[in-house]
Amino acid sequence: MSYKFDFAFMADRWPDFVAGAWLTIQLTVLAIALGFALGTVCALARVYGGPVLRRLVGAYVEAIRNTPLLIQIFIVYFGLSSLGLKLSADVSAVIALTVNMGAYSTEIMRAGIQSIQRTQLEAADCLGLTRLQTILHVVLLPAMERVYPALSSQFVLLMLASSITSQISVEELTATASLVQSDTYRSFEVYLIVAVAYLALSALYRFSFWLIGRGLFARKRRLGTSL
Amino acid sequence: MNQLGTNHLLYLLIAAQWTVVLSLIAFAGGSVLGLAIALMRVSKLGVLRSLASGYIQLIQGTPLLILLFLSYFGLGIIGLKLVPLVAAGISLTLYAGAFLGEIWRGCIEAVPKTQWEASDCLGLNRAQQYAYVVLPQAVRIAIPPTVGFMVQIVKNTSLASVIGFVELARAGQIVNNSTFEPFVIFSCVAAIYFALCYPLSVASRYLERKANAGR
Repeated sequence: MSYKFDFAFMADRWPDFVAGAWLTIQLTVLAIALGFALGTVCALARVYGGPVLRRLVGAYVEAIRNTPLLIQIFIVYFGLSSLGLKLSADVSAVIALTVNMGAYSTEIMRAGIQSIQRTQLEAADCLGLTRLQTILHVVLLPAMERVYPALSSQFVLLMLASSITSQISVEELTATASLVQSDTYRSFEVYLIVAVAYLALSALYRFSFWLIGRGLFARKRRLGTSL
Repeated sequence: MNQLGTNHLLYLLIAAQWTVVLSLIAFAGGSVLGLAIALMRVSKLGVLRSLASGYIQLIQGTPLLILLFLSYFGLGIIGLKLVPLVAAGISLTLYAGAFLGEIWRGCIEAVPKTQWEASDCLGLNRAQQYAYVVLPQAVRIAIPPTVGFMVQIVKNTSLASVIGFVELARAGQIVNNSTFEPFVIFSCVAAIYFALCYPLSVASRYLERKANAGR
């Protein structure tokens, strides 16, 4: 094996990678926030909604979870534009990632919401909480706490999956790599660097979600102790 | 501009066979690797444990797309011909191995500790414990999540299209390039993927309910 590794191109191309990583962060943070909101609403509809609504949400979840993200992105970007709805690559990417994230967080949040016992709702009712207060404090927050590990690893998976948006020319981290490797012909080195960048990003995301979790679910009380 | 016709659909269906082939390669390779990783993860040797968990962290922390590019261009570096099927097979195997390893570790650890102790008392050595006592029970626990993960494998084979392997997703792009009806074509492609994946999803849920019914 006589291959010589050459990372010299990084000296003047590193700002491209930083810009790409920044776009990856922007896209995924947006898609995670919107997708989680969508998923939470859908999960509530799936558990407490009428039969029609439940069916609709179920169909949405199954349709998204059983088709590849790549094809979903193609449908949003190429498909919708051929129907007359022209969206930029960035907007299409956010929409596709949001819809995808929504389906997965619906399933995860549904499991959490279903784990909240009926008696909790009755107790909230007895305490005179309004419907919104009950949903927010008695259902959603404790439900989220129970499924938080699954939720945050799904968020990290979405960040990694956002690399697929490079296929519709969104200039994020992976697309930057493709661009730089076509200029420098150091394909293996370029993708090695990007792999390390993604590793760092997933560590960053994991740490952030851990911090957010600490902030959200701080009031831990051991069973059997007084408040 | 070509009119979209039955020939195009036929072409998609033929390409879908390559999706299935690639999925099977990934699943077969991933199972072998995954079993090794799972056994390393529960090994008595600390070195093996940290090696396996390092591998899992590495693969689960990088996108499959980057893995695909690395194995595609990496093949060229070690002087082999750039065959998309080989590169896709390798990277999907590495990917599936990490995830299956982590799933199966959980299944091995879910076998009650008393089973280990009882087989210890019967004088079985570690290999016999795995072969006759632990793994047969772990397999039963492992079937539902493994079938569920096969859905991920089938969906992720679509990424092999980016290194030029003509499977279902790539075939969709090719048909689209000649007919310019992306909405219809990619909906058809999605429908074919759905037809492949949905039965697996349903089977996974059914098996899970069946497995939990006895408890």
